[in-house]
Amino acid sequence: MSSGDASQAVAVLAGLELLTAVLLAWRGPASSPRGPLAVQGFALAGLVAVIGVAEGEPVLWLVALLVAVLKGVVLPTLVVRRPGRTARPDPARAAVARPVVRPAVVRGRSRVPLLLGAAGLVVVAYLAARPVARVVTGATGQALPVGFALVLVGFALLATGRRSQSQLVGFLVLDNGIATTAFLATGGVPLVVELGVSLDVLLVVLVLQVLGSRIDTAFGAGAPGGTDLDQLRELHD
Amino acid sequence: MAAVLASPLTAPLGVALVWVALLGPALCALAVLLLRRRAVVLVADVVASSVVLLCGVALLAGVADGGAAVVTAGGLLRVDPLAGYLLVVVGAVALTATWGGLSPARARSRRGGRYTALVCLFLAAMVLAVVADDLGVTWVAVEGTTITTAFLVGFAGGRRAVEAAWKYVVLASVGVGIAFLGLVLLYAATRAAGDPTLSWVRLVTDRPAVDPTVARMGLLLAALGFATKAGLAPMHAWLPDAHSQAPAPVSGLMSGVLLAVAFGAVLRIQRLDAVLLDGTAVRTLLLVGGLLSLLVAAVLVVTQRDVKRMLAYSSIEHMGLVAVAAAVGGRLALAAMLVHLLVHGLAKASTFVMAGRVLAVERTTTIADVHGLVRSAPRVGIPFLAGAVTLLGLPPSGLFLTEAALVVAGLRAGYGWAMAIVLVLLLVVFVGMGRAVMAMTLGARPEPAGPPEAVAAATEALTAPLVPVVLALTAACLLVMATPLAGTLDSVVAVLGGAP
Repeated sequence: MSSGDASQAVAVLAGLELLTAVLLAWRGPASSPRGPLAVQGFALAGLVAVIGVAEGEPVLWLVALLVAVLKGVVLPTLVVRRPGRTARPDPARAAVARPVVRPAVVRGRSRVPLLLGAAGLVVVAYLAARPVARVVTGATGQALPVGFALVLVGFALLATGRRSQSQLVGFLVLDNGIATTAFLATGGVPLVVELGVSLDVLLVVLVLQVLGSRIDTAFGAGAPGGTDLDQLRELHD
Repeated sequence: MAAVLASPLTAPLGVALVWVALLGPALCALAVLLLRRRAVVLVADVVASSVVLLCGVALLAGVADGGAAVVTAGGLLRVDPLAGYLLVVVGAVALTATWGGLSPARARSRRGGRYTALVCLFLAAMVLAVVADDLGVTWVAVEGTTITTAFLVGFAGGRRAVEAAWKYVVLASVGVGIAFLGLVLLYAATRAAGDPTLSWVRLVTDRPAVDPTVARMGLLLAALGFATKAGLAPMHAWLPDAHSQAPAPVSGLMSGVLLAVAFGAVLRIQRLDAVLLDGTAVRTLLLVGGLLSLLVAAVLVVTQRDVKRMLAYSSIEHMGLVAVAAAVGGRLALAAMLVHLLVHGLAKASTFVMAGRVLAVERTTTIADVHGLVRSAPRVGIPFLAGAVTLLGLPPSGLFLTEAALVVAGLRAGYGWAMAIVLVLLLVVFVGMGRAVMAMTLGARPEPAGPPEAVAAATEALTAPLVPVVLALTAACLLVMATPLAGTLDSVVAVLGGAP
């Protein structure tokens, strides 16, 4: 693969990541985040593989496989799964479970401000990434702002997400952004750190899924995407 | 004592001690999960804490006063005086919290095993965070503390606990995620300088010529992220919820030592900033964050109605003081900061343990609903009062001397205005917390009342061991007088760049 090919492949894959991040910001409360998240995960894995080829680092092939399985398959699947209901089909619990209440009008906000905000964040990301792109050599520097943009969009999704699932999606986009930055800027952190980080992310998502289902039980909601987190107002000063 | 502490440590013994400190708590967790005997569930976390404390003392004695650092796992793990000191803090505070929090009733309960196993894993994660030399491994371990404590925060069940756990995991993970972004940028800067590494000691000794803009961005983000976990304002929002909803011994562990462990990572980042750059960026961050933490604590302690939340805000106050001391720098301020971390940990763990017993006896943590504890339940009221007074920094509390030393060091270093703010805010916290604690403990004995089903918990609280609390509070008062420790402290201060 020539450096020009690698450069183009990096640009396309990074662009795909950015596109899926915007799709996740745009999606309504009823649509599943699984598809865009999986595409984003596979694009990141592809990015790692391309960097592995361009830099002649066979270990990155292994990392690419790990990323593909974790971020392309496992995490997107976990996000849409409700462990309290599917993992343990308890007949006694099912009998008393509340019926799924779908409000007649799905309470959604206009997505336009969020989309405009995402566009603004991408501009900010390009400005913030300039000094870093300067020190990065090779085919990856030009795509670096995408990592920053994913971090910022993930932040925005986390901060504005009203349901446990939207906050989880925000967390994953943020994490993908950090990973993208790591691979583009450094060709990947040392393998032992990469493994530890992957395990941590997997465990955090599992913990949040269990907590999300406990919130559903405690606050008694059956809306798609989990309880409205605006209800979490028991603790304040 | 100086002779004992200066005893040399052979390299294989040092390495063995590091692995025992790391794997001991993990094996205790494994024993709990495999054996499921009531006795094991009851004492496993106390055993794990003791192991960490003993290994910590031996390692600190070996590496301080000119001893060589213990390095193992291909350089990923390294115990220098700072790591040894923090190990001692982890062990001592954890022993106070777990021994004081012994509960046969919890050990008998269905979820008792899970509780003890998680506490042991939490300890193992903190030990790893302290002994890791590679900043990436430190990061993994700090994130590991969030994962292991998530279910402990939500252990009580119910809306409040699960809300606290959710907010804690989301905010702490995102904060620590920002730290990882910072480490990535730091790694990129070292890679551009020709020697990619996240090893703290290599960065400090080799001093690679990094691009200053990228390195500063990285170090600032890393400090900011770890400071989130250390409870510094304005990233403190998760702390009062998590620390007030967790079971009392876990609150004691989180407030007393998890904050210190996370702050240890901030200290390492600050040192890198001083070595690789000019050190102003992280110092400014710590000074502003520290003063802001004191302000937040002062405002919210005064208006606080819940005793565990009040103690949580007191932790924010003390972390603020520690951050200001780190910003001031120099031998006196850094030594005061190190002692402050230990003494605060011991006193906070004791007070949280006693607050848990107040809850068991009074069935409430609302300050206004508790009166005359010293007369109605002296075995709970007197130690609670003693712990709170130690936290307030009244002599003979060690915190009195460390706070005085901080102010003196700050004045000498030209931080007069900052020290004036510190003193005013300390006074506000003192009045606010002092008033609440006095109302709870002193005064007339209230009419005894309450449903009979709560009697068992109250009886357990009234007969629970007082020895750990008495030991911890005695140490909190006497440790600062132990002049032989000065040499050890000097070696820790030297790691942080405060020349002796």
